[in-house]
Amino acid sequence: MEQIRLSGIVKSYGKIEVVKNLDLTIAPGEFLTILGPSGCGKTTTLRMIAGLEEPDQGVIELGDRVVFSRNDGVVLPPEVRGLGLIFQSYALWPHMTVAKNITLALKEQRLSKSEIEARLKTALELVQLEDFAKRYPSELSGGQQQRVAVARLIALRPSILLMDEPLSNLDAKLRTEMRVGLKRLHRDLEATTVYVTHDQIEALTLSDRIIIMNEGVIMQEGTPFDIYHHPANLFVAEFIGDPKINLFTGAIKAGKLDCGDLTLPLADEFADRGGEMIVAARPEKIAVSYKAKRGWQQVAVEIVQPTGADTIIQVKVGDTHLTLLQSGFITLDEGAPLWIDFDLSALNFFDPKTTKNLRPAS
Amino acid sequence: MVSTPDAGGKPNPWSGRNIAYQAYRLKNKPELIIGVMCLAFLAFVVLVPLFQILRDAFTFQSYDLSYNPEGEVGAFTLFHFDRVFFQPISKALFVKPLINSLSMGVAVTTIGIIVGSGLAWLMVRTNVYFKEVFGAMLVFPYMMPSWVMALAWLSLFRNDRIGGSEGVMTSVFGVQAPNWIAYGFVPIVITLSLHYYAYAYLLISGALATVDSELEEAGATAGMGKWKRIRVITMPLLLPALGSAVVLTFIRILGTFGTPALLGLPVRFFTFSTQIYASINARNQGDAYVLALVLIILAITFIWINSRIIGVRKSYVTMTGKGFRKKESDLGKMRWPATIFVILFLCLTVVMPLTLLLWESMTLIPGDYSWNNLSGYFWYGSGNVDLAYGEPGVIHNKGILGALGNSIKLGFLAALFNGALGLLVGYAVVRGRGGKLSKALEGIAFAPYIFPSIALGAIYIGMFSSSIGPIPALYGTFTILVLITVIKNLPFTSRTGIAAMLQIHQSLEETARVQGIGWFRRMLRIIIPLSMSGLVAGMLLTFITAMRELSLIILLLSPGNMVLTGVIFGYQEQDMAQHSAAVTLMLVLIIITISVIVKVMARGAGTGRLNTT
Repeated sequence: MEQIRLSGIVKSYGKIEVVKNLDLTIAPGEFLTILGPSGCGKTTTLRMIAGLEEPDQGVIELGDRVVFSRNDGVVLPPEVRGLGLIFQSYALWPHMTVAKNITLALKEQRLSKSEIEARLKTALELVQLEDFAKRYPSELSGGQQQRVAVARLIALRPSILLMDEPLSNLDAKLRTEMRVGLKRLHRDLEATTVYVTHDQIEALTLSDRIIIMNEGVIMQEGTPFDIYHHPANLFVAEFIGDPKINLFTGAIKAGKLDCGDLTLPLADEFADRGGEMIVAARPEKIAVSYKAKRGWQQVAVEIVQPTGADTIIQVKVGDTHLTLLQSGFITLDEGAPLWIDFDLSALNFFDPKTTKNLRPAS
Repeated sequence: MVSTPDAGGKPNPWSGRNIAYQAYRLKNKPELIIGVMCLAFLAFVVLVPLFQILRDAFTFQSYDLSYNPEGEVGAFTLFHFDRVFFQPISKALFVKPLINSLSMGVAVTTIGIIVGSGLAWLMVRTNVYFKEVFGAMLVFPYMMPSWVMALAWLSLFRNDRIGGSEGVMTSVFGVQAPNWIAYGFVPIVITLSLHYYAYAYLLISGALATVDSELEEAGATAGMGKWKRIRVITMPLLLPALGSAVVLTFIRILGTFGTPALLGLPVRFFTFSTQIYASINARNQGDAYVLALVLIILAITFIWINSRIIGVRKSYVTMTGKGFRKKESDLGKMRWPATIFVILFLCLTVVMPLTLLLWESMTLIPGDYSWNNLSGYFWYGSGNVDLAYGEPGVIHNKGILGALGNSIKLGFLAALFNGALGLLVGYAVVRGRGGKLSKALEGIAFAPYIFPSIALGAIYIGMFSSSIGPIPALYGTFTILVLITVIKNLPFTSRTGIAAMLQIHQSLEETARVQGIGWFRRMLRIIIPLSMSGLVAGMLLTFITAMRELSLIILLLSPGNMVLTGVIFGYQEQDMAQHSAAVTLMLVLIIITISVIVKVMARGAGTGRLNTT
């Protein structure tokens, strides 16, 4: 287990700055996910840790080794950084059998034959591919190929694991299954892990901590719980959550929040504020009633999408459209009335100018 | 301890730390080191000679002093340019060869492109019979030296013009072929066309195979007739390939030496290539260099015109990888006639010349093609003073066997170095994509393309006739043959290398890097095995090209580094037709045998499971 530390990392391609002054510390054994839309600098960051890209400025430390320091003139090549990396494409060597793929690097380290054999056997057992040692990658399914890539890392036993969207080439069903496999790999190797993805489900389910990046800057870092419940700014609020969070603007008027078609009570903490706020409500945090209730607001059903365990309900009040999420398989007629209510403690409020959360995580 | 950036944010570039840092960086980027090394080497072997030829064209050579007694060797002069372009001798030295070369180029290219594209269409788009066999045989002329046809032509039509023996026509029918049929423009155009159609055929059939028939069918549903479809859809899509076929063929013809020498020199029909050869032989390098420069400028002009006309459209992507269909149109009643046409064509270009050469090689008394005169003497005779100056037959002839060894060695070494260089250039270009070094390297690797073969040979004589720094004078050595062959084939092999490297996804190497596998082992275990199938094809082509090459090396040959093509040319110059026929036949058989063996082996190696995408 090793700590990873990045300080003051800057990286540009030509005139485009893809990573801007990044500071990041990853604790030993931690599973950290860098999440962001494509082009946000997450893969570049990962490749800089691996040594496949060179930062323009800054320092990278792995454990107590400085592997990159622009000002001290240190650049250690990837070959000696001793980490494990899984690519999106798995990068299995197509001209080698599964066994050769796993043992090539071990032979390079001049391990004894019996040691190599033992590691190969354990690795294949862990990913349940014992019978596939003699196969070539093209003779395996996508999921099996991914397991070979995992086995290759298990055999190498790196203390740092880097994963670059390792699940995005798999279909939805297999993805859920392989997620469990990756979590187990992290646990078995006890390795400090950096996981890069644009898929929020992977980030929320796997991580100890999530970094959300956009345009080369960290937008928020925190536990999956905090990121989901207390987004630091509008970008994170909109990026995380499926179905998307409901956003609407309200003006503070006479101790109430006037949102046009809806009116919300004003939380005490904002009593002294004037002007406008952006209200963010997660679809599942809006209470729903099929019968009229006192003080609840009436809305009309637009579209109903049952997904099995849950149902997404699109509703309308005046010109405001809202998304609701209810558990269970629900069918409703278009135009049917519903009554909704907001739990003030579950809402987030954003400053329209700075886009920052007015109720940051404590 | 980590120091803070200084005031400007950027460290002093000349501080010890920064230099150490840059050295570290370089060490981590093998593609940079390789790229710089390749660039330096290529600049030396491609650009330096070009500057030398320019320098020599503008300065006095020792030979010129007889005309210019007051001149000094190495002093600046426009003497050569004056001589070649403005003096009365210009007509013989420049104007006539220019007209001859251009008209020959235009005629051969036109015929070659028409024949080649017609055959390509028949083979790719129709249901003509025996496609497999035809496909293999149509490229045979490509494997043979371009002047095999000229030798066969001479066997058929040689007349009493140059003395010595006469050809089959005189012997069998008792008629002397008129000069215009035996020598000069007409036979040169015919024989060259029957060789160079193969270039057009290969390029166009390749392009035609990538045009989706659905595109044409879409035209049909839009109500276009068959000819309109070809004109509006197929032709524009083929234009880039057609354009490069035209330019490639034309430049090759400008630089070709063998055929114009064999069929043109007896009637003093000079082209640029034979004029350069004559000037060099007369020790008049200055003239030869000026002519070579003109040839290079002509070649560049044609490449430029081609890229101006067609360049913009090169980006047509007709390959989609899916939904791709090739539909063969039914020839109907014309199916058999078309097949017979191809058979006749193959008889003319492959069977007939080889048969004529075999016949020629087996006539004991030259010029007598009757049964009684048939003999295997020139194949296995041990030497007889009354016949061909006592020169022994092929299998007892030390000169021939030595040249055979040299030819094979040349082909083998050129293929090996070309493969290695193509791999390294491809690696440096693809890994450094987007960088200036990558661009410069790709450009310079393409540069030999603009040197017509004979011009490159002329340049190399000038460059390596004396020692340069630690490199000894290479003129007359075997090394210079290997060097020039490797350089001339570089545009092709570097392309093969780049294509092979582009197919290997970067992550395959990066994974190995991260796992701690060093550069050399990565090349050995991953890059080379994965690019092997492409490289082998490229190397085989270099081998064939090197074995059959004459134009490129004719100026560099000497008794010490003689190869088969040079031997053949020598015999022909001495009017020893049987020997040259026998050796030519041997050369062609060896080339075909080796390429068949390599192809079978490559297939046997089972590259089928390689799926690098």
